[in-house]
Amino acid sequence: MTETVSNNAKQDLLTAGDISDRQLETMMSGMMSCEIDRGELFFQCRRNESWALEQGIVKSAGFSVSRGIGARAISGEKSGFAYADDIQLDVLEQTSSAAKSIARVGSSQGTNLPLKRQFPEFYQGSDPIVSVSQDEKVKLLSRIDKFTRSLDPRVKEVSVSINANHESTYIYSSDGTDHGDVRPLVRFGVSVVVEQNGRRENGNCGGGGRHDLSWLYENETAENFAREAVRQALVNLEAVDAPAGPMPVVLGPGWPGVLLHEAVGHGLEGDFNRKGTSTFSNRIGERVASPLCTIVDDATIPNRRGSLTIDDEGTPGQRTVLIENGVLRGYMQDKLNAKLMGVASTGNGRRESYAHQPMPRMTNTFMLAGESDPEEIIESVDRGVFAKTFGGGQVDITSGQFVFSATEAYLIENGKITAPIKGATLIGNGPEIMTRVSMVGNDLELDLGVGVCGKEGQGVPVGVGQPTLKIDQITVGGTQA
Amino acid sequence: MTTAMVEVNDDAAQSVHTPDDEAKLTEFVSRILEAAKTGGATAAEVTAGDDIGLDVKMREGDLDTVEFSRDRGFDITVYRGNRRGNASTTDTREESIQEAVRAALAIAEHTEEDSYSGLADPDKLAVNFPDLDLYRYDPMDVKQLKAAAQTAESTALDFDAKIYRSDGARASVSSNCVAYGNSLGFLHAYRSSNSSLYADVIAKSNQGMQRAAWFTMARKRSELDSPEMVGKKAAENAIRKLDPRPIATGEYPVMFDQTVAMGLILHILNALSGRPQYLRSTYLLNSLEKQVTTTAMSLKEYPFISGAMGSRAYDSEGVATSEKYFVENGFAQNFLLSSYSGRKLGMPSTGNASGVCNLTVEAQRLPLKEVLQQMGRGLVVTSLMGQGVNILTGDYSRGASGYWVENGEYAHAVDELTIAGKLDEMYKNMVAFGDDVESRRNIRTGSILISKMTVAAI
Repeated sequence: MTETVSNNAKQDLLTAGDISDRQLETMMSGMMSCEIDRGELFFQCRRNESWALEQGIVKSAGFSVSRGIGARAISGEKSGFAYADDIQLDVLEQTSSAAKSIARVGSSQGTNLPLKRQFPEFYQGSDPIVSVSQDEKVKLLSRIDKFTRSLDPRVKEVSVSINANHESTYIYSSDGTDHGDVRPLVRFGVSVVVEQNGRRENGNCGGGGRHDLSWLYENETAENFAREAVRQALVNLEAVDAPAGPMPVVLGPGWPGVLLHEAVGHGLEGDFNRKGTSTFSNRIGERVASPLCTIVDDATIPNRRGSLTIDDEGTPGQRTVLIENGVLRGYMQDKLNAKLMGVASTGNGRRESYAHQPMPRMTNTFMLAGESDPEEIIESVDRGVFAKTFGGGQVDITSGQFVFSATEAYLIENGKITAPIKGATLIGNGPEIMTRVSMVGNDLELDLGVGVCGKEGQGVPVGVGQPTLKIDQITVGGTQA
Repeated sequence: MTTAMVEVNDDAAQSVHTPDDEAKLTEFVSRILEAAKTGGATAAEVTAGDDIGLDVKMREGDLDTVEFSRDRGFDITVYRGNRRGNASTTDTREESIQEAVRAALAIAEHTEEDSYSGLADPDKLAVNFPDLDLYRYDPMDVKQLKAAAQTAESTALDFDAKIYRSDGARASVSSNCVAYGNSLGFLHAYRSSNSSLYADVIAKSNQGMQRAAWFTMARKRSELDSPEMVGKKAAENAIRKLDPRPIATGEYPVMFDQTVAMGLILHILNALSGRPQYLRSTYLLNSLEKQVTTTAMSLKEYPFISGAMGSRAYDSEGVATSEKYFVENGFAQNFLLSSYSGRKLGMPSTGNASGVCNLTVEAQRLPLKEVLQQMGRGLVVTSLMGQGVNILTGDYSRGASGYWVENGEYAHAVDELTIAGKLDEMYKNMVAFGDDVESRRNIRTGSILISKMTVAAI
């Protein structure tokens, strides 16, 4: 990152509250007068604007600002945390003094990291909210509404939304961290209800990333989301009841990578492994997946939804190999868990906002491409399911059980894709399922940029991806036993 | 390892809300409404909040996290005729008020005419403000919260040798003040308090680890389950999940344990809500006066129960709440409507712009033992995973775990299952209702037995 972006974020956040560098130093030495390992001040301002069209009119829109500071004092495994919604010196003093209440009276030494000022930037910091005027946004929503309705007479309801978010953060820590970041984030979505002979079905498609809104106007991006939403909904009009029970499943490329996010991603977050509560605890170096699987978490892909120039603790975004040819290589770490486990942070310390504490979280998590032709993968299945798109998923990292719910899926019969089936939940055990990956396609895709990952009540934007995959056996939760 | 604590309760204790804070917050709301009027709004409404909280987490006998929170902010909706704009901010300085009002007004210049939009109908606004006794505040005391969390955790850890470790026990308390006002002259504020206790433990056997938690929430700490009870329940639940055994894929009776039955009731309330009704995206489209559940069940809300978690005199638009049935003896009686969704459907608001109030599942209730005997052989679901509920089509397919019942008794744990069915059939196939009702929650139900669902297993 250039020093300018970092400094601009810092100046923006501190100037509003009339806080000087000297005052920050005084505050930090106040925190460090207690026996703590590390003190941290996190400043944030996030502005968000959203527009929504429903039933043919742009009926609602909102603008929100969230500004505040979070102060954290860490002593061993303990954290004291306090936050306030005002960036003012007196509030900062109260907050930092509350945070250090976890520590013994004493004094500690700041361990100053060598200051690194230049990091690669993975997105531009310009404000996406103003990248398109309010008038233009309304016009775009109306145009896409009409376009969507023109695609098929069975389209009965259309909802379209645009969201743009601009965030400045600044992190000041006793370990020498003194970095800011400016992050854009946008999202666009189309959702439709179609009706035929009294049967109604829905379809959704959307995308986004860390860039401005002009991408919607390039290469018919917005129109393509609409086409895809309508296509999915029309497929579902023909869907028959899904089968129930264990069977081979082929997952399409891209967003179905939510499989990896749930089946292995969460289980490889440092906090669960430090506490020994993950099914992957103490298994570095062991084979945990089929040798066809190499899975990475990569914050460095330009402009992706999960990308980070620096994380919310000031550590530069990185690419971390989690599983290499089936062997567990590493966990995702924030500073607290990394220190306690004797390793370095991997730049995965993320928080929803100043009002939340950082935790190890994923960025963009995906499996690298394999060698199989996707068609050959389908042909290899005698009777099974091809799942093309998914809603969300969930995992219990302790038992390893995870689910994900298909929103567009088909039967595979004698190596051919046949009837579409109703959305069904798939359930499996992460480590077991990963050993049953028997074919990996050569068609790696990343998702379109709509994922939000929730953990302990905190939501953060993430990306997922994968090539076409075949799992020899997983339980499909249909109604046809 | 224990540490000497520096307690910092004094600041927080002084910040507990008083009636004076209600007055300040209503004054703040009036000020913002005034700014909106000055700025050119033809109508406006404002909600402002001020929440103070303390949360203490213990893990493995030691302090893990102490968190102090203070959340303030407001949300404003302005109208220029039938055009609407909204803004919200956590920043309560004068210049930020002006910025938010300007932003909302600017948006209202660009949104389109919507003849259904606007404030609530004046004759629907609440005029009576009974004392619902929602503020039963406990002191913000780190020491007391720490003790409660510690007792919950140690009870769980000592409960059985199979309890392998704790993933933490958490005690929280919060004090909240909220004010709502609109340009029709409605202006009111009230205080409320919340207290909760949570324990999350892991049991282990040679077959693997299982996690379970127990959670209790009320207006005041003394109304919570005791810390010992929270620890014991979490431990029992974790042990009950150990050593799952396979079952065959098939159709079986399924009982939703009380904790997951709440979610099942939420799905039908969602299907009966105004927005999916006017967007034609619910399987219960135009279902008023039609049968939507078994005739053995009614769903009724009670907004005025003293001190209850779901009590309120008015919704987020100032519309008076009322005691009413949504489903009476199986037939839909009311949708859940806001002013907007009501107008779209040609009906008055039902005062449910912010959801239901103490929604109670009314049915003949049996002791849990008798429900299980009635089931005989089948599945009891204690936890559900994933989002596989489609309100539009009524298709239901979710990940599940729990235990298997033979001859009306616990046989063994089961996991890695899916349960699937049609919501419409599931509600009509509810055949028995347990008396294990959790009356401190906003959805008041006991366990519910469904006669038949598809269960898929590995």
